[in-house]
Amino acid sequence: MTELLQQLINGLSLGAIYALIALGYTMVYGVLRFINFAHSDVFMIGSYVGFYLAPKLGAGSVLGGLAVLFSAMAACALLGVIIEKLAYKPLRNRSTLTVLITAIGVSLLLQNGGQKLFGPNPRAFPKLFPETQLHFGELTVSSNQLIVLAVSIFLLVMLWWIVHRTRIGTAMRALSFNATAASLVGINNDAVISFTFALGSALAGAGGILYAMNYPSIDPLMGTLPGLKAFVAAVLGGIGNLPGAALGGLLIGLVETFISGTRASTFRDAIAFAILILILLFRPAGLLGKMRVEKV
Amino acid sequence: MMKLSPDTSRRGFLTLVAAAALLAGCKPSGGSGSGGDAAGGGASTIVVGEFASLTGTEATFGKSSHEGTLLAIEELNKAGGLLGKQFSLITEDNRSTAGESVTIVKKFISRDHVVAVLGEVASGRSMEAAPVCQQAGIPMVSPSSTNPKVTEIGDYIFRVCFIDPFQGKLLADFATKTLKAKKVALLSDVSSAYSDGLGRFFREGFTAGGGEIISEQKYTSKDKDFKAQLTAIKAASPDAIFVPGYYTEAGLIVAQARQLGITLPIFGGDGWEAPELIQIAGGEALANTYYSTHYSPESSDARVQTFVKAFQARFNGETPDAMAALGYDSAMVLADAMKRAGTTDGAKVRDALAATKDYPCVTGKTTLDAARNASKAAVIITVKDGKFKYLETIQP
Repeated sequence: MTELLQQLINGLSLGAIYALIALGYTMVYGVLRFINFAHSDVFMIGSYVGFYLAPKLGAGSVLGGLAVLFSAMAACALLGVIIEKLAYKPLRNRSTLTVLITAIGVSLLLQNGGQKLFGPNPRAFPKLFPETQLHFGELTVSSNQLIVLAVSIFLLVMLWWIVHRTRIGTAMRALSFNATAASLVGINNDAVISFTFALGSALAGAGGILYAMNYPSIDPLMGTLPGLKAFVAAVLGGIGNLPGAALGGLLIGLVETFISGTRASTFRDAIAFAILILILLFRPAGLLGKMRVEKV
Repeated sequence: MMKLSPDTSRRGFLTLVAAAALLAGCKPSGGSGSGGDAAGGGASTIVVGEFASLTGTEATFGKSSHEGTLLAIEELNKAGGLLGKQFSLITEDNRSTAGESVTIVKKFISRDHVVAVLGEVASGRSMEAAPVCQQAGIPMVSPSSTNPKVTEIGDYIFRVCFIDPFQGKLLADFATKTLKAKKVALLSDVSSAYSDGLGRFFREGFTAGGGEIISEQKYTSKDKDFKAQLTAIKAASPDAIFVPGYYTEAGLIVAQARQLGITLPIFGGDGWEAPELIQIAGGEALANTYYSTHYSPESSDARVQTFVKAFQARFNGETPDAMAALGYDSAMVLADAMKRAGTTDGAKVRDALAATKDYPCVTGKTTLDAARNASKAAVIITVKDGKFKYLETIQP
């Protein structure tokens, strides 16, 4: 029982990070209908920003840690907007396939640029927050796991508030519903798209910091696997659907953790992806996605 | 469309010409880029090829090993070289990835005409390169691949380090005698020949000595999250945890174990030895951890101290680790064999290498046995206050 609860905590804190990254995929898909493959590398850049800023911003205290977290988010938001302006905006009215291939190009650029700039070797990520272990009977929860959960929940609530309670959020939803109609009623589509990228990339940056905090070894290719898992989470939840992405992320994290804890640990990814295939067989639009007829 | 228009065919031809020109232009510059004057048998230098993991997940090992080898070659050259020739070392990086080493070694042999190959730390990658050397009749000396299968590939493949059956057995003895453990949990890397092999040999030795492997968990290299496996291990309540992996993962495993409140002794093999282990896990988490390795720079042996001083003078005061010492030894053992053979001919050097007896290496007296493995002593290192500390020496 204790083991089960402990695995639940482990799985939730891993899943929360997947959820943060998955949201970025799903948001961009919502407004532009393409998968931003460079997203997982923005996640990597986020952790490197943290790596370089941590000594300068006094990491190790609560305030310093938060400062690092928010600067990494800001840097990633900026990077997201730059990527959108330089790589995707010139292709706005081209087929999504063209944009998709460009996204893969940007991803490779960031990965290889990162290897050149940061060096290809794994680096040890510094401690951001004071660390303690809390014991509840047999259960052990590290303060890092709590921080991951708290920050993720805070960001999810903030995101929900922005999307549903602000003018720009309403504009995002309008754009996702029908881009032409949105521009006809006076929405500046370009500004909204930039904002979406900023928001999604900031979440990826936060994910990068939280991931590096829990698994303190970072390298320029670190984004690939979590990025893939988060993408799967977004599809699992129903791509384009925000609560779906969060749910998908948590599910993937939990499934992975529970399988790793058994004898079948080597088949972890295989089983996780098999579950994905099963779910998509029965619910092709994902758990919370709605089937939409493609208009031709 | 069956017929090419004249326009496209001309363009195609021009592209071909341009490509041919490019290729032709590349050839001479590529040849001199490798640094060695490699013109076959009658060369003015003795060309030795070294493949190493200079970047990637085992970069620390590759770099240390390479620096050791480089120091040895420089010392040999300063002492006048061998057979009236200077050594020339060609080094190529395999980025710690599978599949690169074969290409590198093939290039060494066909283009650079090396007379011998040195490399590498990781057993998996040495096993990739070894068949190529064996087939070409070029002696290969691995500095620190400990998996027994490496030298089983053929009679041209040697190593200057101890092998995993020995290391596994001594770690089993260490667990029983020093740690007083009866139940041990095993967490090994399924994607690494080294980790998998060392785990198996440990289990054989440990169960033969009356111990019990109470829980066995696996991971894959580049994994970051081990909490699930560690939680399962914790539930099995062992006396100690054995992690036969490389430092990148071992550091994360130790850190996460301590986060889960596991204060048990955790121990591993020579794959742990890198400063990154301390950086990743933190000195505090590494209290009560141990690993076995090939030598300790703290040894009072005169040969070790001379080597440490020379290494520090050459590489900005860095203290050489076991990989550096073995990298140094691999080049020295090879040079000694060439000296005794009086030639750089592959078959003769091979015979001389096989006859290596009590050669005074930095990592101890080295004798190559019939299986082309070295038998020598091992040391156990622990971590105290965030620093590696010598604990004990174990003779074969």
